[in-house]
Amino acid sequence: MPVQLKRLLILGVVLFSVFLLFKYLLTPASFGQYGHYRGLALEENAALTAKYTGSEACYDCHDSIVAVKNESLHSSIACESCHGPGFKHIEDPENEKMDQPDSREFCAHCHAFNKARPEKAITQQDIREHNPDEKCIECHNPHQPQQ
Amino acid sequence: MNPQFEHLYEALSKVDGYIYPNEIELSWSILIVLYPFITGLVAGAFILASLERVFNVKALRPTYVIALLTAFAFMLVATMPLIFHLGQPLRAWEIMITPHLTSAMAIFGFVYLWYLMVVLLLEIWFDYRADMVVWSKDAKGLKKWLYKAFSLGINDASPESRKWDDKLGYIVTVIGIPSAFLLHGYVGFIFGSIKANPWWSTVMMPVIFLFSAMVSGIALVMLVFMVLNYVRRQKIDMLCLDTIAKYLFYIIIIDFTLESLDQIHRFYEAEESFEIISLLMSGKLFVTLLIFQILLGMIIPLITLGTLQFFKPKEKIRQAIYFVTGLLVLFGIFFMRWNVVIGGQLFSKSFYGFTSFKLSLIGPEGFLMASIWLVIPFLILAFLLWLFPPWKKTQHEHLPAE
Ligand code: HEC
Ligand code: HEC
Ligand code: HEC
Ligand code: HEC
Repeated sequence: MPVQLKRLLILGVVLFSVFLLFKYLLTPASFGQYGHYRGLALEENAALTAKYTGSEACYDCHDSIVAVKNESLHSSIACESCHGPGFKHIEDPENEKMDQPDSREFCAHCHAFNKARPEKAITQQDIREHNPDEKCIECHNPHQPQQ
Repeated sequence: MNPQFEHLYEALSKVDGYIYPNEIELSWSILIVLYPFITGLVAGAFILASLERVFNVKALRPTYVIALLTAFAFMLVATMPLIFHLGQPLRAWEIMITPHLTSAMAIFGFVYLWYLMVVLLLEIWFDYRADMVVWSKDAKGLKKWLYKAFSLGINDASPESRKWDDKLGYIVTVIGIPSAFLLHGYVGFIFGSIKANPWWSTVMMPVIFLFSAMVSGIALVMLVFMVLNYVRRQKIDMLCLDTIAKYLFYIIIIDFTLESLDQIHRFYEAEESFEIISLLMSGKLFVTLLIFQILLGMIIPLITLGTLQFFKPKEKIRQAIYFVTGLLVLFGIFFMRWNVVIGGQLFSKSFYGFTSFKLSLIGPEGFLMASIWLVIPFLILAFLLWLFPPWKKTQHEHLPAE
């Protein structure tokens, strides 16, 4: 075997072992436990507290609003998509306040005119033209918007 | 107006017709254009080198080493645009240590590594090994130590050992040709296999990428060869230059035919996506596709190079024509990548609308960042030429292909 081939083989073996070493050292321990990912990632995520509780959690205490809202055109929208995550509020409603977004920008997130949104799915307004000087909620009840 | 509204209305002003919300902003921008461009240069330059070695085109001898070094310099940078596009560069090694065998993207790391380490590096090494042994005797300081280290401590520069270099190098080149095809065909495959995007999804994509890669790589080596001779005030070997140009001409013909075939096929099939694609070509991509890519990058080079096949003006004039043509070809191929990558994201998958793309000057995805990644390979090349000057190599013929 010529000397250059010998040296290259040695170098190749060295590089490959370094690669294997790195692979060994850097691969997370729980990799491949369930599939092609780090198994612990699941447990880590499961251990986090859920910030969004779902609309059902609000029913017990705010039944009048729930009743109104569920009959309205906003029935498909969860309470928390407007009020923010409720995980603290449901434990301690006196001290942990929810957001009450009353600005025009807030409603515009969904209702501003946007070509990318089918008009059938959501009614849109040109926010710059539609009663520009007042807050939306002065005329529209957020829980019963069609009025 | 409230800044939040301004942003919203600005984004909306970029949009025509109906488009899904996640299509308004392009997620792949100029760095992703650079990546196929640079890998294309690598594959093309390498294939030019193999022409000399494997297919024994003697006239190309003076470009052999230059082509290899050029390929190597660009190869070192090929992944950088991708890694910088990632935003989290440290994530890059994960595809190597936890290989995912059914994902085309994830295999890239290995295709790249194979090509870099086993093909390019080895071929250059075999070509320079004996010279490094000789040079390490006279060189001083840093250079001496670099030569010593790179020749892996081998001291043998005898004719027998050179024979072995030749033989082994030849084997590497033979393996290298399919590898170069793999490298760039693979880049085309990544786009061609995206079935949701009618602008990309065609089986022709890998082949087209491959041939356009050859076109750009050959043009680049031609330019480097010319510039190198000007800088060193050497007379250009016109036989060699004419031969490169001849091959460039042939490959452009093939590339042009394939790309036209692809488009004609598209026109004739006129699938449901055809309407939006023809609007794309005649609208948003008019300048970059029809003018830059096809007219400047293909038709004009075809005419000039074609004419020079039959009619040979004075050397100086030919050189000037080759130089300009080479630049045009590179420019055109860059915009070919642009039209694929950017073009494929400009229309909505609903086929009912467009968004638009504006290249920013600065920022992580801006023009300056992209220019940096195009300049660095040339700096690397300059360094390589300083360390491994092809003109100081002992002249010897490669073994003829047995
Ligand atoms: C479209 C967004 C939206 C949704 C959905 C929504 N709210 Fe509201 N809510 C508001 C806004 C805006 C205010 C503030 C009204 C004001 O300041 O007059 C508000 C005020 C309130 C208030 C305090 C004022 C009051 O009327 O008593 C409560 C309680 C409330 N919401 C509960 C709920 C519950 C429970 C739900 C789910 C069933 C819900 N909201 C769904 C937007 C919304
Ligand atoms: C345990 C009963 C309880 C539950 C569950 C509950 N709330 Fe409340 N909520 C209250 C009480 C009590 C108040 C009045 C607090 C006050 O007046 O200071 C209130 C007030 C509010 C307000 C007015 C602003 C504020 O924070 O005072 C909003 C908005 C609100 N709740 C939304 C929600 C939403 C959304 C949910 C479901 C995620 C929810 N609440 C679940 C008891 C509850
Ligand atoms: C999460 C998105 C969302 C937000 C935020 C939102 N809406 Fe709506 N809104 C809807 C949807 C969905 C409908 C029902 C479909 C429709 O008819 O447009 C609706 C319906 C309405 C309608 C009735 C439209 C009709 O057809 O008569 C009005 C008025 C309205 N919203 C006002 C508001 C106001 C005021 C706010 C701000 C407090 C607001 N919306 C916030 C999604 C939203
Ligand atoms: C001055 C009172 C007023 C204010 C403020 C106001 N609206 Fe209205 N809005 C109306 C009236 C009245 C209508 C029904 C007549 C119409 O269709 O124009 C309406 C209709 C709508 C509709 C339904 C359009 C349709 O075609 O049925 C939407 C959605 C709406 N408004 C959203 C908003 C939003 C979002 C804001 C805040 C940015 C807002 N409005 C502020 C009075 C108001």
